[in-house]
Amino acid sequence: MSSAETTPEIVTLKPAKGWLSLDLKELWRYRELIYFLTWRDIKVRYKQAALGVAWAIIQPVLTALVTTFVFSRGLKVQTGDIPYPLFMLSAYLPWHLFANSLTRSSGSLVQNANLLTKIYFPRVIIPVASVMAAMVDFLISLFILVGVMIFYRVPVTLNILWIIPFTLLAILSALAVGLWFSALNVRFRDVQQMVPFIAQIWLYMTPVLYPIMINHPIFRFVYNLNPMVGVVDGFRWALFGQTPPDLNILVSVAAVLLLFISGLFFFRRMEKTFADVV
Amino acid sequence: MDKDTSIIVKGISKRYRIGVAQERADTLRDLITSSGQRIGSIFRKKSEPKAGIDYIWALKDVSFEVKQGQALGIIGRNGAGKSTLLKVLSRVTDPTEGYGELRGRVGSLLEVGTGFHPELSGRENIFLNGAILGMHRKEIEARFDEIVDFSEVGQFIDTPVKRYSSGMYLRLAFAVAAHLEPEILVVDEVLAVGDADFQRKCLGKMGDVASAGRTVLFVSHNMSAIQRLTQESIVLDKGTVLLRAPSNEAVDFYLNRGLSELGERYWEADEVPAASAPFRPLAIRIVDKNGVVSDSVRSVDPITLEIDYQLEQEVTGLRVGFYLFTTRGEPVFTSFDTDSSELFAEHTSRAKGVYTSRCVIPANTMNEGRFFLGLNASSYGIRRYFQDEQALSFSVDASGAPGTHWPEARPGAVRPVLNWEIEKKA
Repeated sequence: MSSAETTPEIVTLKPAKGWLSLDLKELWRYRELIYFLTWRDIKVRYKQAALGVAWAIIQPVLTALVTTFVFSRGLKVQTGDIPYPLFMLSAYLPWHLFANSLTRSSGSLVQNANLLTKIYFPRVIIPVASVMAAMVDFLISLFILVGVMIFYRVPVTLNILWIIPFTLLAILSALAVGLWFSALNVRFRDVQQMVPFIAQIWLYMTPVLYPIMINHPIFRFVYNLNPMVGVVDGFRWALFGQTPPDLNILVSVAAVLLLFISGLFFFRRMEKTFADVV
Repeated sequence: MDKDTSIIVKGISKRYRIGVAQERADTLRDLITSSGQRIGSIFRKKSEPKAGIDYIWALKDVSFEVKQGQALGIIGRNGAGKSTLLKVLSRVTDPTEGYGELRGRVGSLLEVGTGFHPELSGRENIFLNGAILGMHRKEIEARFDEIVDFSEVGQFIDTPVKRYSSGMYLRLAFAVAAHLEPEILVVDEVLAVGDADFQRKCLGKMGDVASAGRTVLFVSHNMSAIQRLTQESIVLDKGTVLLRAPSNEAVDFYLNRGLSELGERYWEADEVPAASAPFRPLAIRIVDKNGVVSDSVRSVDPITLEIDYQLEQEVTGLRVGFYLFTTRGEPVFTSFDTDSSELFAEHTSRAKGVYTSRCVIPANTMNEGRFFLGLNASSYGIRRYFQDEQALSFSVDASGAPGTHWPEARPGAVRPVLNWEIEKKA
């Protein structure tokens, strides 16, 4: 009907060779598919669950309760003026977003193997959509965060808007790792087994449940190579306005960008074989 | 590329590693034991065939052109390369060699319903599936009612598709795909679905697509559908194009070609995929009532089917069986050697060795015509070792059968002798 009148584009078929260009134009043409796959993931996740989307809130709240009991009451972790539940939640929400996105995107290609082997579309859409679905959970859980802040009478200022760039950083980190892992997982299913373990170790390496206790500049530099350190640090600053992040945040940003761009190219390199190998 | 050419394919070849489906075994342990060789291969510029690994050319030097608005049939046995060709054309996988150009969007009906999610409603799946097939939201909205009408699932449109019958599910899936309206439509075996009415509707829809100036590539085992829908066809065998001709000629060529070897077929070791191990088919044959191997048997006589095979190691739960199809691809029946509970219990496990499984089709079962005998060896719920749906073809001659005193052709694949009674009521 519509597309017939416009001159159809010519598509070429040829063997994949070398490192492919990213072809962002093609990705743009399929942008609606990202939306639909994200929407599918969310819809399906909460279908036939009596509490539905409320789970996006219940999960972090329960975790906050448990960790408060263990870390604040049990281990007596000191968090300054900020009550432990709030301290923990402020970092746990972006962490949860990261860990969730990472887990989902790493397994996404294999889960959608039936699409990969039947239909053409830019493959990168699949891990991207799984990250977006985790993002929706995160946005819902933000209401809890604001609620808890009000409960503890912590002033909510405009400074809170800074969480936007830090959220983006968290997402980009998850996507960067997710691109590598999802592509590797097509070939080596071991990745799937390793991801929960990696996520757990990563949690302990990130100051989510405890405050940053490293002051030495060199160690701090190394510490910030873990981009989630920058994210968590930034979130706490945006919400509670204590010490602003220093230049170490740039270390986190640079680490993410490097991982993300290399991940994109690696993914493009591998995607030509997905349908044959998955 | 000329303005009125829709598809050009030049020297397309596709190489697979044999047993690629089993590559799940290729785990990190292999990776570690091969000290990073595999990971290395990911980064290597070109994947050169390595010694000691078997490769198979699923397509070899395939070239053809399709004009805009033409419907081209693709005929070939299983494993001839049809599916691979469609996958290359729909860009699911890249060719190993060669070059091709396509004018416009390729819509594929490679197994309809891809991307349908059982938890989502019919309405939701229409949008999701449409997007996966490359439609824009506005296009889907514009055609939504048409799709629902076509699918005949109207009142269930907001019910999760997991509650649909398989017929409803397939109708909806086909309806979405059929309304995609791409410049090039690739269709693979969809007509095996649905009841006769719906099949007629699907054929009609595909005819519309072709007459609207779009290009259709149509793969089917259903020879009459090929003849109805396409003007020209190519015959593929072992990855190469054997013939391109008007569809009537191509179908004749395909049906009369040496698929049968006088009622018997042998498998050489290199014809059996490595993935079939430990099962290895050796031979399959049709034997008439006199014990003579023959590709032409009589309806009034019992027909013996035999399969010789070798087990390279002990196999548990094995069943070896036949599929019978008409040459138009319609299934007639399926039967396995361990169908009876006694034999099933007796042969729970079969030791390494050479076997023959044999069965007899009773006299007065088959109608006249030509049939394909397919072979399947599997362990139910565990693995399918080997399958060839067109292992052998044979003819049945009905002369002398009951009812042949009327010299008319009888429709139907079977011609059982039934016990009729004629009663005078008043």
